[in-house]
Amino acid sequence: MWNTLSRMWKTGLLTEPLPVLQPSLDAPSPELDHLQSQLLAVLGRALCIRHVDAGSCNGCELEIQALHNPYYNLEGAGIQFVASPRHADLLLVTGPVSVNMEEALRRTYDAVPAPKLVMAIGDCGACGGIFGASYASRGSVANVLPVNTTVTGCPPTPTAILRGILETVRPALAKA
Amino acid sequence: MTLQLSDFLERHRRPLAGNLPATRISADREQWLQLAAWLRESGARLLTLWGADDRDRDGCFRICAVYLLTEGVLLVEHAMKTTEATASASYPGLAAIFPVAQRMQRAVYDLLGISAEQADGSEADRRGWLRHGGWPETCFPLRRDANGSRQHPNVSAPYPFVTVEGSGVHEIAVGPVHAGTIEPGHFRFSVVGEKMLRLEARLGYTHKGVAKLFETMPQSSGHRLAARISGDTAVAFSWAYCTALESLTATVCPPRATLLRALALEHERLANHLGDLGALGNDAGFAFGLTHFSRLKEDLLRCNTVAFGARYLLDYVLPGGVAVDLPAEAPARLLGLYSELEQSVANLRSIYDEHAGLQDRFRGTGRLQQPIAEKLGALGLVARASGIACDLRVDHPWPSYDWVATKCITQSTGDVAARVQIRFDEAFESLRLCRAFLQDIPVGPIQAPVPAAAPYRLGLGVIESWRGPVLIALEAGPDGSIRRCHAHDPSWQNWPLIEYAVIGDIVPDFPLINKSFNLSYSGQDG
Ligand code: SF4
Repeated sequence: MWNTLSRMWKTGLLTEPLPVLQPSLDAPSPELDHLQSQLLAVLGRALCIRHVDAGSCNGCELEIQALHNPYYNLEGAGIQFVASPRHADLLLVTGPVSVNMEEALRRTYDAVPAPKLVMAIGDCGACGGIFGASYASRGSVANVLPVNTTVTGCPPTPTAILRGILETVRPALAKA
Repeated sequence: MTLQLSDFLERHRRPLAGNLPATRISADREQWLQLAAWLRESGARLLTLWGADDRDRDGCFRICAVYLLTEGVLLVEHAMKTTEATASASYPGLAAIFPVAQRMQRAVYDLLGISAEQADGSEADRRGWLRHGGWPETCFPLRRDANGSRQHPNVSAPYPFVTVEGSGVHEIAVGPVHAGTIEPGHFRFSVVGEKMLRLEARLGYTHKGVAKLFETMPQSSGHRLAARISGDTAVAFSWAYCTALESLTATVCPPRATLLRALALEHERLANHLGDLGALGNDAGFAFGLTHFSRLKEDLLRCNTVAFGARYLLDYVLPGGVAVDLPAEAPARLLGLYSELEQSVANLRSIYDEHAGLQDRFRGTGRLQQPIAEKLGALGLVARASGIACDLRVDHPWPSYDWVATKCITQSTGDVAARVQIRFDEAFESLRLCRAFLQDIPVGPIQAPVPAAAPYRLGLGVIESWRGPVLIALEAGPDGSIRRCHAHDPSWQNWPLIEYAVIGDIVPDFPLINKSFNLSYSGQDG
């Protein structure tokens, strides 16, 4: 126990400011506060994201997982990954859509309550990537579902994914 | 017969290009089976199995098996003459001798339409493994006359799972979409109360047609696809591809590049082990572990950007060398990282070891006994956790592992606790190797030109990834094209083992057991 506590104490707080949408205009911390208060005002709770791997190589998953490490501290920013599409505001899709995952992806999308925000990440999700469309792959996510935003990169960095999440929810929040 | 077979082997096997000592031999139907049985008895393991459509060359389909022996790898090929009219072929199945062949044989059928005959004449498992209904039953995408870019409508068909009957037995179906950020696959549990009686996995959801795609690419860019077979094993797969191509073209990778590849491979091992150690703590209810290990992993990834130009190295290893040279300031930064990791991981290890709740969840859970692991041909860290000493870096060290004397790390209990300890020990061993590599880093170029490989030659690349050995078998086509490229991930071997490891454990322990194996879906599905 002493060991555990001492490690916590020595490690301290590592969380970095959220990425800035327009780096030259915004200072980092107002961005975070702003997003949190916007999310709170509109949703009255955290933004809930459901991730679906529609056929990725698992590289994109690694960077989504990185978002949970203390440097990015996603939950601290009011963003939460949830276990069911029925609890989700946003569907985060990785990979080209393999034909074997097409139906499962559509079903997951159907289960998300309106308004359904969809974000496709990685070169694969955005445009099919190296796999493209073939007998086994439908290519980009947009070939199967309506997509709001895309984030390229192979895999995209956690910062790029985070920025993408902000860009996806910003207009939706503004509208609401 | 034994004498005849070894005599037959000695007389007919020819050298094969590759980074490990490798030979190949052609076998007729009888020899194909006899060799398999004899190899099994002499302790060889079946590393992979693939098929090829060579009807355009000699009117044959081929089935190829690669075995791992103490003296290196052996490729056994069996050609099946086929008539234009029927275009079907079959070969004696290996599943009765090497159970691991079962799913690979189903995959070969899905892609090429050549089927395995059951040794005892029993009904073969005809359920599609990679084909879930995304292309018609009569279409075999890996045949030369099949159009790989043609899209077909999805027609989903039922997939009958094996059922368990008895009073109080019920089924739980999970997937393909899971609750966390993990890859898709379907698991069917037969349970009584909480206790798992049986688990059957159905995979293939992320099949992306990698083998067919390779055939549309030039040899000079296949490494990019190889790196994307399983993103968490990118360095190992791209290295396996490049070393296969280099051995085919007699290219010598410059010593500096070879060493940087090894350094990158150890970073890949470290990143995965650190991530897994955190996730395993978390799955056993100790979120503290995830916080601290994920932080260390992030530190490592950020150093990767300094040393290799990216967090994940999907574009680092390329034919003839590596993409980015190690900047002058990197070694100091890396040595600093290694010290920090060494201290922190040692500290976290003592926290894990002393945490009664954690050890209670780890010990005895998901036990894979050594005899089953042996029988089913376990590979990589899963095998080592069940007491099987196998690590290509130790058994067949290729450059730059040939001068660092890697330690083979094993555990005997085969439970989650053993797989946790293996990761700790291997992390420390990796840190030692990284330091050794950095200390002796030669100066010089980081790339050598790679000519086109002569058509129809075959080269093997086998690399011990963090998960176990990955293999690329590359057959050159004319004018720098790829005729056939088969990729194999050790997850093929280890997925069926989870089904044994969970028996008798409770359903809530499944995520923990699954994580302790941490197998690749994409690597298996291809
Ligand atoms: S974008 Fe890159 S990392 Fe992501 S799934 Fe595709 S190949 Fe893998």
